[in-house]
Amino acid sequence: MIEAPAPLPAQDVVVPRGEALRLGLRANPLMTLGAVLCLVVIVVAVFAPLLAPYPADAGSATHPFAVLKAPSSLHWFGTDNVGRDILSRVIFGARVSPVVAVLVLLIACLIGIPLGVVAGYFGGWLDEVIMRVTDIFLAFPPLLLALALAAVLPPSLTSLVIAIAVTWWPWYTRLVRGQAASVAGRPYVESCRALGIPSYRIVLRHVLPNAVTPLIVQVSLDFGGVILTASALSFLGLGAQDPTPEWGLMVAEGQNYFTTAWWVVTFPGLAILFTAFAFTLLGDGLRDLLDPKRTFLR
Amino acid sequence: MRLAITGLQVSFGARRVVDVDELHVGAAEIVGLAGESGSGKSMTTLAVLGLAHTVGATVRGSITLDGTELTSLSQRELREVRGRRIAAIFQSPATAFSPVFRVGSVVHRALRLHGMSRSEATEAASRAMRQVLLSPGLLDRYPSQLSGGQLQRVAIAIALALRAEVLLADEPTSALDVTVQAEVLEVLRDLRDSSGMAVLFISHDLAVVAELCDRVAIMREGRIVEQGPAARVLSAPADAYTADLLAAVPAIRAEGTP
Amino acid sequence: MTAAPGDGNKAAPPAAGDTGRAVAPAGDDRDAGPPVTPDGAAPCSPGAASRPPDPQALARAASRPGAPHVLARGDDPPAPPATLRPHSFVTGPWLLDISELAVRFGPVRAVDGVSLQLPPGPCGLGLVGESGSGKTTIGRAALRLVPTSAGIVRFAGKDIAGLRGKALQDYRRAAQIVFQDPDGVLDPRMRIGATIAEALVAHRMAGRRAAAEQARALLAEVGLDPAFAARYPHQLSGGQRQRVSIARALSVRPRLLVLDEPTSALDVRAQAAILALVTRLRAQRNLAYLLITHNLAIVSELCEQTAVLYLGRVAESGPTDALLGNPAHPYTRALRSAVPELDGPTAARVVLPGDAPDAANPPPGCVFHPRCPLAVDRCRAEVPALRAVRPGRLAACHRAEEVLASSSASPGRAPASTAEGSPPGSTAAAPPA
Repeated sequence: MIEAPAPLPAQDVVVPRGEALRLGLRANPLMTLGAVLCLVVIVVAVFAPLLAPYPADAGSATHPFAVLKAPSSLHWFGTDNVGRDILSRVIFGARVSPVVAVLVLLIACLIGIPLGVVAGYFGGWLDEVIMRVTDIFLAFPPLLLALALAAVLPPSLTSLVIAIAVTWWPWYTRLVRGQAASVAGRPYVESCRALGIPSYRIVLRHVLPNAVTPLIVQVSLDFGGVILTASALSFLGLGAQDPTPEWGLMVAEGQNYFTTAWWVVTFPGLAILFTAFAFTLLGDGLRDLLDPKRTFLR
Repeated sequence: MRLAITGLQVSFGARRVVDVDELHVGAAEIVGLAGESGSGKSMTTLAVLGLAHTVGATVRGSITLDGTELTSLSQRELREVRGRRIAAIFQSPATAFSPVFRVGSVVHRALRLHGMSRSEATEAASRAMRQVLLSPGLLDRYPSQLSGGQLQRVAIAIALALRAEVLLADEPTSALDVTVQAEVLEVLRDLRDSSGMAVLFISHDLAVVAELCDRVAIMREGRIVEQGPAARVLSAPADAYTADLLAAVPAIRAEGTP
Repeated sequence: MTAAPGDGNKAAPPAAGDTGRAVAPAGDDRDAGPPVTPDGAAPCSPGAASRPPDPQALARAASRPGAPHVLARGDDPPAPPATLRPHSFVTGPWLLDISELAVRFGPVRAVDGVSLQLPPGPCGLGLVGESGSGKTTIGRAALRLVPTSAGIVRFAGKDIAGLRGKALQDYRRAAQIVFQDPDGVLDPRMRIGATIAEALVAHRMAGRRAAAEQARALLAEVGLDPAFAARYPHQLSGGQRQRVSIARALSVRPRLLVLDEPTSALDVRAQAAILALVTRLRAQRNLAYLLITHNLAIVSELCEQTAVLYLGRVAESGPTDALLGNPAHPYTRALRSAVPELDGPTAARVVLPGDAPDAANPPPGCVFHPRCPLAVDRCRAEVPALRAVRPGRLAACHRAEEVLASSSASPGRAPASTAEGSPPGSTAAAPPA
């Protein structure tokens, strides 16, 4: 007598992958919101020249007669200290700041995940070597390290990305390594070894998917953090330079005028908040989506 | 009857996990509550201890301890009852002993909490340890220095020292080696005989229940399908499910010939 | 028990799922010729066909709830289909030959000089012991999952420590293990079908689609509906997960299966189903298995031979029925008497004082002497050798003959312990004379 599977409770019925995604989006409104908001940011970035009322202001235009004008029908977000329309700069900033953050996080992941997984799974001297190098990088206060690098490199967005990425990857290595080590000790990994499945397969199919889950959330939370770091560096004169409409830089530059012209700081700040929030929601939702125990139907 | 459970219903929202019409344990008696996992045995224990709400379950029905209705007591009153009048031991003795404290300090704290003076507590603890066949010197050790069987016996010693009327034993030997289990079962039998304690022994292992218990109740999906003297129920079950369970128990078939 | 027609029983998994990609050689491994019985023969006497599945056991297995297979009494087990016949490259009489194995984890001697042999299947050897006995470590060492400190493990005549490359891969397919904990042993992110097919794909034994087919066939073989292939582990019960675990181990068509406490985490009915499954698989696939457990009852059901372990050494070994009915070692007797049984105790309870000693500091002489009711001075001084006390029975005890004699004379009575033999500081009463 073959044992038939008990009928699953309605919400556990297995659905094909594509449908699961659609259902997941519907069932997880916050994640859908996050996805939509991220989409907004992307659209704004892509269509910036069409959306911005004064595209030239995102470049080197200055308008000495329109300095520090409050928000009005002409300038929805007001103007900054050299008369540039803040709305346009914020819109064009969507091409800069999020891209910097994404690049930084991507590089950090591309370095951190392989190193972490290898260190965690194989252990031994490989683990020691990798973790000691990681520790060295971690020993430096991140901002100082980024500063040192940025000072050496010619000030530009590329240098900004490199400088921050270098300080970011060690955290991910450590995070992934801990997870990978934990997964490596689990019975299903030992079972794979007993079955003679080659190590690279075990790492790719078992260790990697199970070890990067906490990283997904961490990355989404770090988005805002990277932008702020970028702004700090830009403020110090490294990385993005005026007139690049980098949000962080705009906030840093607008600090002096905060009491008299609150709009100079506020709108770029809100843009950072908005984008960071969108990515955080998305990250949370993605983690849930990837969890097979999650129910998709109500 | 020391412990009488009547019409007990434990539910998680609409889902009822325990639906026991009648279960009672008398003085100097070991009653076994046997069933597979998920049958509701552990939830019954939690309900008797008044702790079902901590896992989000609601309790209805009557649980009386020597006449006192437990379901109508406040949490403060229940704290008097728990440990002192109803003691409990669980599958993992680690639940009772925090690894940073010496075993003796846990025992002492339990005794002092229920009203004993320092000297009374020391005296009672030593006596109880000897009753469970452990040297009182072991109280100075940390839980990591004692074996699982020893820790279980210390937990029983606490119940003894407090002169609890009822002992709830929730799978106390499932995680123990078989020779160690034999010792713990021996201690439980001694509890019943010399202290007259009423013991509710919960287990999925029918052989252990057969050896230890005077009466047994078979639980299935929250309900008791059969109850009665252990010898009768386990050799001539009236219920098909019980018969099923018994048929599934493997037996040692050893001949005497070399 | 006769198989009723049309009740859905399958005598063998459908061969339709196999693509003929399998490389099963023709011919049985029994062509190896009648092996010679070594001296002091241990487990599963080779030569004579290993004891065929006992009709009683089969009947009991069949009547068990959830029993996936029924054989008519007197029938031979159906020959496994050609594609399921195991690899045959056995040279010599033993499939698994463990010789003076020692495994040390730092100061702890988990295994300290153990020798065991297992012939090609169908055959079952039980490794019985409590925690600290080393039984799990032996199972893992046999599969090269832990490094050994001394001794040799030979599989099909070859030293497994020296295997590399293709030979190692072959070995990994031929010897498999089923772990104790059904919970952690399946990747929670992989569907059941993919989990079972994984090894097939990794070893290039089948393409993806063929592997999926074989996975479904394996599910049927372990008594689960192929619809389970689409499910995730958390949607299965413990017993079902254990069966999936067995299916996964079987996917590579092993000749040796190490079962590490396969039922301790399961309910009694799920356990019965697994026992019935192992019995059936043994017959259908000519499996040899090493059953590691503390449960004497399941050893009694599944294994012809048993070795009892204590603190990393073999205390006693021999045919299961004889060993359990008439122990030759005081520890075996104590163990037997401690096991609770439905019908009540069959032997006077022998209570062992104290706890298992520290594996890092084993006592001098016989490791069991501090707790042994029969210990004498010689036991404290001299390590007893594992020697033949009867044909086919080995015991490591200076007083084994007395233990044997008293067991057979009056089953359940232990010999009187001598006055000076009582272990110092023991609080246990001497067993009844």
